[in-house]
Amino acid sequence: MVHRSHHDMGGLDAGPVDLDEHTQVHWEKRTDAIMRLVSDKKRQIITVDELRRGIEQIGPNVYDEMSYYERWITSVTNNLLEKGTITVDELGRKMSDVEARWQADGATKV
Amino acid sequence: MSTSYAVGDTVAVRQAYPPGHVRAPYFIRGKSGTVDQVVGNYKNPEELAYGRRDSERLTLYRVRFNQTDVWANYNGPTKDSIVIDIYENWLNPAEGA
Repeated sequence: MVHRSHHDMGGLDAGPVDLDEHTQVHWEKRTDAIMRLVSDKKRQIITVDELRRGIEQIGPNVYDEMSYYERWITSVTNNLLEKGTITVDELGRKMSDVEARWQADGATKV
Repeated sequence: MSTSYAVGDTVAVRQAYPPGHVRAPYFIRGKSGTVDQVVGNYKNPEELAYGRRDSERLTLYRVRFNQTDVWANYNGPTKDSIVIDIYENWLNPAEGA
């Protein structure tokens, strides 16, 4: 069986490359910061290899729809759940808190 | 792990298709190239990817391939090449080398 993972797309037709520069929005910068924090010399919770493995494990359709940092935060989250650094319950409650705060703020911040 | 290849050696990338985190890109498996540089010994990223951090170190090589060998319909100059970082576990001595 020849198995080509969906992310391993070197050489496949992919259309034109988008060369436009774009600035990162706040949550993308925070995602980058979180990854640096959990992979630093002191904590060493996640290696870059675990980040990559988690990104590759995102299903083919969802993988294509997600942006770069959406893939990152998905992988970081799943790795932290697997390791028990955070729990699903904890994360669910925190997300509800943030959403409530966001709604109260008039839902203007990204 | 000892270093098996030296700069200038001809090597072939293994034609294997395991699931999981794999560090040899699909398009280069089964192709032959020449060792350009012996980079050093590093923990195996295919093990690190699953949280196993005490695996033995593997030698990492930079291997140069002719683009005309890599792509069936390559239209660029025949001297064009591509250099890829490949760990020792993905390499075999090239046939006839």
